[in-house]
Amino acid sequence: MAHESVYTPNSGIEKWLDERLPIIRLGVDFMAMPTPRNLNYWWTFGGILFFFLMVQIITGIILAMHYIPHESMAFDSVEHIVRDVNWGDMLQNMHSNGASFFFIAVYIHILRGMYYGSYKAPREMLWILGVIIYVLMMASGFLGYVLPWGQMSLWGATVITNLFSAIPFVGGAITELLWGGYAVGQPTLNRFFSLHYLMPLILFAFVGLHIWALHVVGSNNPDGIEIKLKEDSLPFHSYFSMKDAFAMVLFAMIYVYFVFFMPDYMGHPDNYVRANPMVTPPHIVPEWYFLPFYAILRAIPDKLFGVIFMFAAIAIVAFLPWLDTSRVRSMRYRPTAKLFFWGFVATGLLLGYLGAKPAEGGYVIASRILTAYWFLYFIVALPLLGWTQKTKTLPGSITEAVLGKDAMKNNK
Amino acid sequence: MTVKFFKLASGFVAFTAGLGMLSSVVMAAGDGGGQHFAKQSWSFGGVFGRYDQKQLRRGFEVYKGVCTGCHSMNLLSYRNLTQPGGPEYGEDYIKAMLKSDEVEVNLPHNDEGEIVNEDGDLFTRPAALSDRIKKPYANDKAAMAANGGALPPDFSVIGKARAMHANHEGIPGLFTWVFALVKDVVTQYQEGGPDYIYTLMTNYHETVPENAPKDFSLPEGKHYNAAFPGHAISMAPPLSDGIVDYTDGTKATLDQHAKDISAFLMWAAEPHLNARKRRGFMVLIYLAILSLLLYGVKRKIWEDVKH
Repeated sequence: MAHESVYTPNSGIEKWLDERLPIIRLGVDFMAMPTPRNLNYWWTFGGILFFFLMVQIITGIILAMHYIPHESMAFDSVEHIVRDVNWGDMLQNMHSNGASFFFIAVYIHILRGMYYGSYKAPREMLWILGVIIYVLMMASGFLGYVLPWGQMSLWGATVITNLFSAIPFVGGAITELLWGGYAVGQPTLNRFFSLHYLMPLILFAFVGLHIWALHVVGSNNPDGIEIKLKEDSLPFHSYFSMKDAFAMVLFAMIYVYFVFFMPDYMGHPDNYVRANPMVTPPHIVPEWYFLPFYAILRAIPDKLFGVIFMFAAIAIVAFLPWLDTSRVRSMRYRPTAKLFFWGFVATGLLLGYLGAKPAEGGYVIASRILTAYWFLYFIVALPLLGWTQKTKTLPGSITEAVLGKDAMKNNK
Repeated sequence: MTVKFFKLASGFVAFTAGLGMLSSVVMAAGDGGGQHFAKQSWSFGGVFGRYDQKQLRRGFEVYKGVCTGCHSMNLLSYRNLTQPGGPEYGEDYIKAMLKSDEVEVNLPHNDEGEIVNEDGDLFTRPAALSDRIKKPYANDKAAMAANGGALPPDFSVIGKARAMHANHEGIPGLFTWVFALVKDVVTQYQEGGPDYIYTLMTNYHETVPENAPKDFSLPEGKHYNAAFPGHAISMAPPLSDGIVDYTDGTKATLDQHAKDISAFLMWAAEPHLNARKRRGFMVLIYLAILSLLLYGVKRKIWEDVKH
C-alpha cells in the first residue's frame, strides 16, 4: 500500500496474528486508502463493476450445475433451468442481463477514465490492466452467448471464429483449433463451455492486479491533480464505501427492472430458435456490446484488414497514456479536447447503430467515416491537442478546487 | 458554469445531430421488410400485468382443437397445464382429458435411447401428467413429408422466438430507431411475440392484394400473409370464425381465437411470468427502501465535508 499503515493491533491474538500473517492490517489499510474528496458519482462504477463480476460468478456457478454442453441438449437444458429449476428463470435472466449491465458499467468506467485522464502517469499500468480486463470480458461474453445454442449462438460463433481464418498462413489452423473440427459443432460448444468457466477466473486475477495498482497510485479525480494537502483526501471507508453502496443500489434498480420486467429486451429473439447449421438467419448480429467493433470490421472492404482494424480499435485504447500528450489530465480544463471527446462518444454510439444494420449502401459509407474518426481521435487529435491546446488554469489543490480560492485564503 | 455547460451541450448536440442526419440521409434507402405488424393490448403487459387464466384456457382449447394437428410443444408437459400462473386446470381434469382422448406415449418420448419391455419390444402406455405433450409426428422428417416439405415449428418458445422489436420493424431513420428503443424500455414492451402471432393469424389474404410488393408472385401451394416475412407462407389459414367452440361461452370469432392462442403461446414460452413480475416488484420496493437508507447514511457521513 502506498500510504502509512493505520492499523494498531489491540488484543494479544491480533498482535500474534499480525506478526505471522498481517491479514487484518491488509484489510484495514485497504479500507483506509486516502481518496480524493472531490470524486463524483462517475467514480462509483468501479465498485459497481465488482458487484456485477460477483453476480456473474455466483449465478454462473449455479447455472453450470444444470447446463449440458451438448449440441442436442444445450438448448433444452437452458429451457429446463428456466422452466423447472427453482428460481431458475431468475438466475438465467440475472446472468444474461448481468452480462449486458456489466458492459454498460464498463463502458461508463472506461469513458470516465478517458474524460478525466485517469490513464496518465503514474496510472499507465492501472489503465493497461483495465484494458486487459475489458478484453477478457469480451471473450467471456462471446463464449457465454454461444452456450444456449440458439441460432444466434451458432451463427455468431461461426462469424467470429471465421475472423481468425483471415490471418495469413496459420489462420486455417487456428480456426480449426477453435472449432475442434471443420465447422462450429459439438467440440466447439464443449470447449467454449470450458473456456467460459475459465475466463472469469483469469478475469478475477486481473481485477486483483487492477485494484492493487489502484492502491499503489491512488485514485485520479475530476480535477486531475494529485493529492497535496492533508485536507485533499478522506479515508475510503466510510466516506466512499457508503457513497459507492448507495450508487450501487441505484444502478442495481435499473438492472432489476430489466431482469424482472424486460429480460429479453437486450437479447435476440432468434436465440430462442434452436441452432440449425442448415438455416442461416437473414441478419447475423452479435450482442449489442460488440456492435461498434462489428461495424468497424464490416467497414473495411478487405477481410484481413477488417479484422486488423477491429482488433486495433480496441488495442489502441491501451496506448492512450502515450498517445495523449497533454500535461493536463482532466477534460474540465481542456475545452477543445472535450468537444473531440464527446465526438468520440457519439462515434461509438453511432457505430453501434451501424453494427446492427445490414452492411450495405449508406450504412457502409457512414461506418467508414466513423471508423476514420475513431482512429483519428487517438492518433491525430489527442497528440496534436496536447501540443497545441490552450488549457484553463488548474486549481492549486483539490481542496481549492472544492472550496474555491477565496475560502482557501480565509482559512489561512 | 451554466453558460459553459450550454455551450458544450449545444456543441455536442450539433455534432451528434450532424452525424445522425448524415447517416440517416445516406441510409434512407434499404431496410423495411414491409411486414404488417399491429400491437395489441395484453393482460400480461406492464409491471402489474398477469396472464388472464380464462384466456389461457381458451388458448389451450384453440391449440388442442387446431394447432396440435401439426405443431409440437416438446418442452411442455401435461403437468404444466395445472401449474399456478398458467391455465391452472385441475389435475383430475387433465387426467380425464388424457384418458378420454386415449393419449398414448412412446417411452421415452425423446429420440435418444429406448425403453423396451421384457420381450425387447418398444411399447407405449397411457400418458401421465409428467409426460411431455405428445407430438403430432414421430419426427421432423415425418412432419415435413406430411406438410409439403415445410416443417411446422415447435411451439414451446415460439412466443419469444418470433418477437418483433424496434429494430425489426424496418424503421429506417436513426432517430426514430433510438426513439423506438427508448419507448420500448419506458412502456416495458415485451409482447412482440404475441403481437406477431396475432397479426400473422389475422392477415391472410385469399388472393394477392394490391399492396403486395412489386413483382410478387405466389408460389404454388403457398398462401399470402401480410405479416409473414416474404409474405408467402406454407401454412393454410389455420383459424376462422367458429373453428373452436369455447367451453366458457365466449363468442368464437377469428379475432378472439387469434388473441387467445397468442396469449397461450406466450405463456408456454414464459410460464413463470406472473411469479417473475410479482417477485420483481418486491425486489424493486426492497431496493428503493435500501437506497433511501443508504442515502441517509451517506449524507450523514459527508455532513461536515464539502465536496
